[in-house]
Amino acid sequence: MKITSQPQQSPHSDQLRVRNAKPLIHLQGVSKDYFGSTALKPMNFDIYAGEVHALFGENGAGKSTLLKIITGDTQPSSGKILINDEGVKITSVHHAKELGISAVFQEYTLVPQLTVEENLFLGSDLSSGIFLQKTRLRKWAKQTLERLEFDLEPNQLVMNLSHAQQRMVEIAKAFHSSPAIMILDEPTAALSGRETKQLFAMIDVLKSEGIGVVYVSHRTSEIFRLSDRVSVMQDGHLICTHTTSEIDEDKLIELAFGHRFESFFPTIKSNTGKQLLSISNLCLTNSLVQDASLTINAGEIVGLTGLAGSGAADIARACFGLNQIKSGVITYLDDQVYNKELGINELKPRAMLDRGMLYLPADRRTEGLIMEHNIRQNISLPSLSLAKFSSGFWVRRKREKHIMESVSRRLKINPLSIENVLNHLSGGTQQKVMLAKGFVRDVQLFILDEPTIGVDIGTRAEIYRLLQEFCDAGASVLLISSDLGEVANIAHRVYIVDRGELLAEIPHNSISEATLSHYLDQRETALSC
Amino acid sequence: MLENRVKQAPSSWQSYFSQAINFVTFLYIKGGVLPWFLVLAVLGFSLSSEYFLTQTNLSGISMHATYLVLVAMAQMLVMLTAGLDLSVGVMIAMTSVVSSLTMGAMWSGYGSGWESILIGCVAGLCACAGIGLVNGIGVAWFRVPAFIMTLGMSSVVLGLALSLTGGIPIYGMPPNFTDIFGYGVWKGFPVPILVTIPCIGLMYLFLNWTRVGRYIYAIGGNLRAAQLSGINTKMCLIIAYTAAAFFTGIAALLITARLDTGESNLGVSYPLLSIAACAIGGVSLQGGVGKLHNVVLGAVFIILIQNGMNLMRINSYYQMVAIGSLLIISIMAENFRQQLMLTYKNKTGSSI
Repeated sequence: MKITSQPQQSPHSDQLRVRNAKPLIHLQGVSKDYFGSTALKPMNFDIYAGEVHALFGENGAGKSTLLKIITGDTQPSSGKILINDEGVKITSVHHAKELGISAVFQEYTLVPQLTVEENLFLGSDLSSGIFLQKTRLRKWAKQTLERLEFDLEPNQLVMNLSHAQQRMVEIAKAFHSSPAIMILDEPTAALSGRETKQLFAMIDVLKSEGIGVVYVSHRTSEIFRLSDRVSVMQDGHLICTHTTSEIDEDKLIELAFGHRFESFFPTIKSNTGKQLLSISNLCLTNSLVQDASLTINAGEIVGLTGLAGSGAADIARACFGLNQIKSGVITYLDDQVYNKELGINELKPRAMLDRGMLYLPADRRTEGLIMEHNIRQNISLPSLSLAKFSSGFWVRRKREKHIMESVSRRLKINPLSIENVLNHLSGGTQQKVMLAKGFVRDVQLFILDEPTIGVDIGTRAEIYRLLQEFCDAGASVLLISSDLGEVANIAHRVYIVDRGELLAEIPHNSISEATLSHYLDQRETALSC
Repeated sequence: MLENRVKQAPSSWQSYFSQAINFVTFLYIKGGVLPWFLVLAVLGFSLSSEYFLTQTNLSGISMHATYLVLVAMAQMLVMLTAGLDLSVGVMIAMTSVVSSLTMGAMWSGYGSGWESILIGCVAGLCACAGIGLVNGIGVAWFRVPAFIMTLGMSSVVLGLALSLTGGIPIYGMPPNFTDIFGYGVWKGFPVPILVTIPCIGLMYLFLNWTRVGRYIYAIGGNLRAAQLSGINTKMCLIIAYTAAAFFTGIAALLITARLDTGESNLGVSYPLLSIAACAIGGVSLQGGVGKLHNVVLGAVFIILIQNGMNLMRINSYYQMVAIGSLLIISIMAENFRQQLMLTYKNKTGSSI
């Protein structure tokens, strides 16, 4: 079976189509449970030929679960998927492809050492016997790229392409199997304005070809520019589906973010003290970041927000010695810790830890924690050189155990589980363990990179409570987050970063999600016009 | 009534059976493959040869195991950092050559020769630790993959050892060296065992009670996380490789004493055997996981297998087949264990 779609006469007459045509795919009462917790409440979702159906909602609202179900990556716990009025079980990503569902996800799926055409046909059967049909391959690749009006040569190596061009290859790859449904998950993240425009033109081509597009984005302006209908998701619910022309931006933001978090976020008092960290005119070598300046004072929470790939995290990582700096000056507590002209560079994890800075990365699996080790070992690792954990060469294991008992009380986890290996714990607990590294040493400045990514609501509340504790104890927090709701409700001041530039500093009294997304979108429209 | 009983009987029998299966699974998840291997081997060999369980044979096994225990501990140290040391074999050769040459040159032929023994041992250990240092610097500073670094070094060191000796065994060491470190017995214990036991203790303290030991586990567990925790990972790697070489050097001296010659073709089988001992003992090839006592048991197990096969008069070529297979099977069993652990966790919701 394959989803069939007829090119629409007029792609924008969606009301008409809704009445006349059948959807390409229809999800009926589909839901998803993971080990007892619900990721997706029963919901209906459909896609018509030649429309762009946008999905809007914050991180963890259930968008990715929904996409995973459509692309066959995971099976729904209940409900039905209908294609041409027939119930279908999409068993795998490969099966979904055969049905005509292609997806471009945020993750990188290209092989950099291969050429564009080799990547396009990777995993598809274009061979006679055991040999690839190189000439046919070349011809098909050319055709696909021409049809999409992409300015790419089939024999270029993917690793020599720009980020946007690589994105295009991914889209072309999804496209060459001539899908009926195309899923684009935040395709403009890390694209420049010009490249974004090109992408939009391409989506218009897709529409006119009668392909149904599912478009996920955090940027409202894109949704209004592209989509015919928009579905809003929150907390695993699909709240509503609107025809895009019938609602406005404010309404959309309110639907998605609501006022649900008002009581959920603690009010954190800021007792601003003297200046702790100041960064001036920072430029980085391997990042977009140009000419960034910001200050953090003692006892406050400063938000640093931007969409994925904006460079917000790079600024913070540079302060911990994880990114190469081109120029700029960094001052920490009256001492210059980086100044190229004076030849000062003390930015190394050990040195900055000793000065009272603690950076906790966004990706806890690859950078933050040792998954095969237990909670105790993980928490004490950065602090083992302190006198309370070791004397000279030796680790004071009794003291360590004793300290961990109080840590477990503070984390609200079972003291016996201190010896449990992290691999066996939930993502939320893992995240708390990472934060707990700050319990056992004196930290003046926490740099938290997406501290609530991929954790459930309950743990989020607890993490906010911990931030409050840190702040009450006089520490400062630099909170890097692409979750606007979080930044707006937790931070005392917010810096907005977009494509490596610090756009604005917003003082406490005017922070709200609406202002934040307004800033990001203003910039967006300025670039795309 | 009767019908009910008849119906119940198989079901309760089944439940016992499934309980037993669950229990066995639990034991397997908890203890890994090594205990099963050991039990099977001891059972099999003691049934096939009545000599196997005699005191003479068992003390012979433990005596022979000392060398591999030392080398396996060294290998473990490197494997914990997510590395692999293929040069342990040539380290043994080099240490043997250097120490025997030095002793031969120092000893006048008269008297006890204690100074020449001491100086020879120190020279051998220094040469060995030097090889480890080069390994460590190559891996830590120049980021050569451990596999390549130690493979390359095996050729370099073997070449040097051969050029030192011309491939000819070296004689002329003081008889005390062999008499004491090779065949000496003190209060009923062979001296090699008396040397090895403190080494195990030292290694235990190093791995579990020192900061560097903890850092070595951390580096193997997640190098990035260790770096972000402010650990001097390069220094720790160099220490790990050098310490590994040092322990290998001790094994090499004991082997040299046992043979009473310095030879440049010693130790060929040790890279494989030591890696096998670690793998069977549950040291993760990805690094960061492994317990010392299991590695010691793993080494003893391999010697035990070799001994048992010798008693059964199994051709040494087939013995090679057996040891290689054991290595591969132990890795497969470990992967299977990981999988079981996951399903067990999903089923019961608790972790072990």
